[in-house]
Amino acid sequence: MTLESVLTSAPAWALAHAPILIVAVPMLIAPLVAILPNGRAAWLISVLTAAVSFYLAIVTLGLVQSSPTGVLSYEIGRWPPPIGIEFRTDALNAMILLLVTGIGFLASVFSWPTIASELKNRNKLGMFYAAFLLCMAGLLGVASTGDAFNLFVFLEISSLATYVMVAMGAQRDRRALPAAFNYLIMGTLGASFYIIGIGFLYAATGTLNMADIADRLPALTTSRSVQVGFAFIIVGLGLKAAMWPLHQWLPNAYSYSPSFVTVFLSATATKVALYALVRFLFTVFRPEYSFELASFSWILAPLGIAAMVICSFQAVFQTDVRRVLAYSSVAQVGYMLLGVSLATAPGVAAGLLHLFNHALMKGALFMAIAGIVMTHQGTTIRDFAGLGRTAPWTMTAFAIAGLSLIGVPLTAGFISKLQLGYALFAEGWWWAVLLVVFSSFLAVFYVGRILQAAFFQPPINPRKTHKEAPLLILVPLWILALANLYFGIAADFPLGLARDGAVAALGLEAFR
Amino acid sequence: MMPAWLAALNPGWLMILVGIAALFIPYRQVRQVLTVGTPIVAIALLVMAPHEVDLLTAEALDITFSFYRVDSLNFIFGLAFLIASLLNAIYALHTNNPRQDGMALAYAGAAVSASFAGDLMTLFIFWEITAITSVFLVLQAGTRAAYFASMRYLVIQILSGVILLDGLSYVWRYNGTLSLEAFQSFSDPGAIYIFIALGIKAAFPFMHNWLQDSYPKASVVGAVVLSAFTTKLAVYGFARLFPGFDALIWIGAIMTVFPVFFAVIENDLRRVLAYSLNNQVGFMICAIGVGTAGVGNALALNGASAHAFAHIIYKALLFMSMGAVLYRTGTTKASELGGLYRSMPWTTLFCIIGGLSISAFPLFSGFVAKSLTMSAVAYEGVSDAGMVVVWLMLLFASAGVLEHSGIKIPYFAFFGHDSGKRVKEAPFNMLLAMGMAAFLCIAVGLPAIIPGFGYQWLYSLLPYPVEASSYQPFTLEHILTQMQLLVLATFAFILLKRFALYPAEKPGTILDTDWFYRKAGYGFVQWSGTVWGKMGPAMSAMFSRLSERAYKRLESAFSPRGEIARGGLSGGASIWTAVILAAVLLMSFLSS
Repeated sequence: MTLESVLTSAPAWALAHAPILIVAVPMLIAPLVAILPNGRAAWLISVLTAAVSFYLAIVTLGLVQSSPTGVLSYEIGRWPPPIGIEFRTDALNAMILLLVTGIGFLASVFSWPTIASELKNRNKLGMFYAAFLLCMAGLLGVASTGDAFNLFVFLEISSLATYVMVAMGAQRDRRALPAAFNYLIMGTLGASFYIIGIGFLYAATGTLNMADIADRLPALTTSRSVQVGFAFIIVGLGLKAAMWPLHQWLPNAYSYSPSFVTVFLSATATKVALYALVRFLFTVFRPEYSFELASFSWILAPLGIAAMVICSFQAVFQTDVRRVLAYSSVAQVGYMLLGVSLATAPGVAAGLLHLFNHALMKGALFMAIAGIVMTHQGTTIRDFAGLGRTAPWTMTAFAIAGLSLIGVPLTAGFISKLQLGYALFAEGWWWAVLLVVFSSFLAVFYVGRILQAAFFQPPINPRKTHKEAPLLILVPLWILALANLYFGIAADFPLGLARDGAVAALGLEAFR
Repeated sequence: MMPAWLAALNPGWLMILVGIAALFIPYRQVRQVLTVGTPIVAIALLVMAPHEVDLLTAEALDITFSFYRVDSLNFIFGLAFLIASLLNAIYALHTNNPRQDGMALAYAGAAVSASFAGDLMTLFIFWEITAITSVFLVLQAGTRAAYFASMRYLVIQILSGVILLDGLSYVWRYNGTLSLEAFQSFSDPGAIYIFIALGIKAAFPFMHNWLQDSYPKASVVGAVVLSAFTTKLAVYGFARLFPGFDALIWIGAIMTVFPVFFAVIENDLRRVLAYSLNNQVGFMICAIGVGTAGVGNALALNGASAHAFAHIIYKALLFMSMGAVLYRTGTTKASELGGLYRSMPWTTLFCIIGGLSISAFPLFSGFVAKSLTMSAVAYEGVSDAGMVVVWLMLLFASAGVLEHSGIKIPYFAFFGHDSGKRVKEAPFNMLLAMGMAAFLCIAVGLPAIIPGFGYQWLYSLLPYPVEASSYQPFTLEHILTQMQLLVLATFAFILLKRFALYPAEKPGTILDTDWFYRKAGYGFVQWSGTVWGKMGPAMSAMFSRLSERAYKRLESAFSPRGEIARGGLSGGASIWTAVILAAVLLMSFLSS
C-alpha cells in the first residue's frame, strides 16, 4: 500500500488534525485506561490507541511528503506562532513519529504475556498501561512540537511516566527501585539543564518558538547568554540521549525494568532525545556559528567515538545479557553522534539511518530476551546456554538481530554502518572509519558470546525441554527481525527517510 | 505465445529448483522422470525464448541484475549444456542416488543460468553455485582420495569466484556498470582479475591441475557430468568478455600442446581424457584470441562456439564409455584393461565414434568445428608470421589428440593385449545415452546429404550464422590436410607400437606441476610444523602471558566491577554532567 492510497482513503478529520491527534489521542485515553479495573481491557485499549497513533503517523508522513514546502504547521487553538504554540512537522519529525508509533504498536501488542507474568499485582495493570500511553504521548509531543518550552513539558511527561514504569520492575527485581531513583535524579538533571538553557535563550531572543529563535539568533551569535544557553541545552539533551559519559542511568534502568519497558525505551526514548538534539543543533542553532562548530569537532565527535569504543569494551565484559545490550545501546548512540557531528548532509543522514535501524535491532533483541525471561527465568549469559535448542524460534530471531547489530552484510546494521563510513570518508576522517570497524569487531565478541552460549553449549538444565515464547511475543519479534533483513537488502525506504530528514534538519535544497 | 512469466523463466533456474527438490524426493521413479523431463522442458523454454531482450531483471543495492538474457552467443552454449544434461540424466538412470541426481541437475542449471546472465554480478552468483554444486559430484565417489580431491577442487573453484568478485568490484568502481561488455584491453585492473578467474576455471596451463586431480576421481556418472560444464562456461566467459585478446592465442596454443605429453604416458584412461579435455579447451581459447574484427572475428568466435558444442557431446561420450568400463570392470587403468570389445561391443563402437569425433575425422562433428578454428588461424596467418607458429602448434596438437584420445583410449581399453576380463555389456540406459551422443556426433558432422541433418544445422546456431553459412568445411584442401595428418599419426602409432617404442601401459604416477603445491608445499608445511612444534610451546607461553595481562588490564577497566563502572550512581554521574557542561562552555567561549 502506498502513501498516496493512505492519503486518499484517510478521513477528513485525520487529514486536517493528524499532527495534534497523534499526541492527543494517547494522552486523553491514558486516564481512561488508568481507572479500568480489568488489565486485559487496558491492554486492548492501549493496543488500539497505539494502532491509531501509528496510522496517524503514516498519514502525517504522507502529508509531509506531499506538501510543497515539506513542512506541516499546526496552530494550537488557532493562535498563530510565534505567540501561540505551533506543532511543526517536517520530514525529520515524521520519521521519528513513524518510528515511535510503529515500535509502540508492536511493543504494545507483545506486552500482554510478559507484563502479565512480570507484574504480580494485577490491580496495577491499568495504571501501568496508562503510564505507557503517557510516555508515548510525551515522546510524540517532543517529536511534534515547534515550541522550545512545550518540548520541555512533553519531555517531562514522558520522563515521569518512564520513571514509574521502570520502578514497576521492582516486582520482579528489587534493584529496579534504585535504578528508577537514579534515573529520576539524572533525568531531572538533564531536563533542568535543558530548561535553564531555554531560559538563557529566552533572555537573549525574547521568544520560545523554535523557528522564531532560529530567525533571531544570527544577530546574537556573540552573545554570552546564547552561548551559555547552547551549552546547557547540549548537555541536557545529551544526558537524555545517553551521550557518553552521561549514560550511567541507562544500563541499570534497562536491566531491571519490566521487559516490555526495556523494549519500548531502548527503541524510542533515547532516539527522541537524540532527535531533539539534532533539531537544536541544526535548525535552532546553525552549524555555521563558531561556538557550535567547535563543539562538533571537540565535544560531540570525541564523545561519540569514546562511547562506541569504551562501551563496546564494557559490553564485552558484562555477564548479564540485558546489560550487554544496554552498554551496546550507548555505543550505538556513539555511532549516531559521530554521524551527526560531521555536520554534513550524508553524516546526519547516516546518523538518522542508524537511529532507525538501531530501533529495529534493539527492539527485536530485547523482545527475544523478554520471551526468554518469561519462559526460562534468567538473563545471565550462562542462562542462555542451549537455548538455541529449547527455544529455536526466539533465538533465531535474536541471532538475526544480533548479526544486524554487528553489521553483517545483508542486514540493516550493515547499511547504516556503510553509510556512516561513506560520510566519514567524504570528510577525510578515515581514522574514525577504522575505529568504527574496530568497535564493530568488539560487537562480534559481545554478540558472539551470547550466540555461542545459545547455539553451541548444552542446556544447563536438560530437562527443560522445548519451551518457546508465546505467539504474541513471537509475531512482533519476527516482524522486527525480518525488517532487519528486509531493510538490509532493500534499504531504499529507511535511506529515503533518513536523507529527507537530514535535508529537513540542515535546510539544504538538495542532498549533496 | 507463451504467457509472460513462462517466457521469463530461466531454464537454468528451473533446473536448479527441480534439482534441489530432487534431493528430498525418496522415490526413484519420480526422480527419474524429473531428471530426464526437466532438461527437455528447459530446451523447449530456451528455444522459444526471444533473443536480445532482458527477460528478467531486478534491482537491489543500486545494481540492476539481468537474470535472463539470450543472444546468439550464449544460446549455443546454453543449448549444449542442456543437451549434455539430458544425456547425463539418461546415463544416470541405473543409479539410485538422490544427492547425485539433484546436484547434477542443479550444477547443470547453474551453468545454464550463468551463461544467460546479463551482468557480471549474476554471472558471479551462478559461477559460485556451479562450484558448490559440482563439488558434491566429486565427493560422491566416496573414496578417501575423492574426499581430499574434492576439497582441493572446492578451494580452487571458490578462489576463482573470489577473484571474479574482486574483478567485478574494480569494474564497478571504475566504469560504474556491471554490464557484460567485452573488455578492450588489460589497462583496466578489473579485466586482469576477471581474466585470471576465468583462466582458473578454463584450466589454463599451471592452473589446470584441479581438473586432472578431481575429474578422474569422481564417480562413474560424476565424471561425465563434470566434463561438460565448468570449463565450457569459462570458454563462454572468454568469448563474451575477451574476444580478440592476443594473450589468449598463445595461452590456447600452449594449452593444446602440453597436455599431449602427459596424456600419452598416463595410465589411467579417465585421466587421459581429463588431459585431452584440457587440450580441447585450448583450441577454443586460441580461437577466441584470434581475430580482432570482421571476417576473422566471426570465423574465430564461430569456431570456438561450434567446437564447444561438439566437444561437450563427444567428450561426454568418451567419459561415458570409460564410465561404462569402470562400472563393469571396476578400473580404468590401461594396464589392467584390454580386449573388452568381445564383451562390450556396443560400448566399443560408441567409444570409437567419440574417438573419431575428437580426432576430427571428416564426417564427424570434430571436423566441422575444428575446421573453423584452423581456418581462422590460417586467415590471420596470412598477415602475421607469428600465427604460422600457432597454426603449426595446433596442427601438432591435433595429431596428439588423435594419438591419445582417438587411438589410445579405444585401443588400450577394448583391444590391445587381452586382459581376460569377460564382463556384461553396459546397462541399457548407458548404451542409450551413448547412442544418442554418438548419433549427434555423426548427425552434426555429415554434409547435408539427408535434409535437416548435417553441419548446416550446427552452423545455423552459431553466433554469426550468416558468415557461417558461407563457410565450407568440406573442401578438398581441408579434407586432405586433415587426412594426411590423421593417417600419418595413425601410422606413427602403429610404427611405435610395432617397435615397442610407444610408452607401455604401466601403472605409475605422473608428476604434473601440481607436485609443487601438493608435495613440495605440503613438505614445507610439514617442516614448518616441526619447527613450530619445537618453538611453539615457548612462543605460545609468551603470547598467552601477554594476552592474559592484556585481558586482565581490559577486565579491570571495563568489567562490571571495573574502574569505569565504579561509583556509577548519581553522584559520579552528576559530576560528569558538570564536567561536560564546563567543556562545552569553554569551547564556546574560546571559539567566539
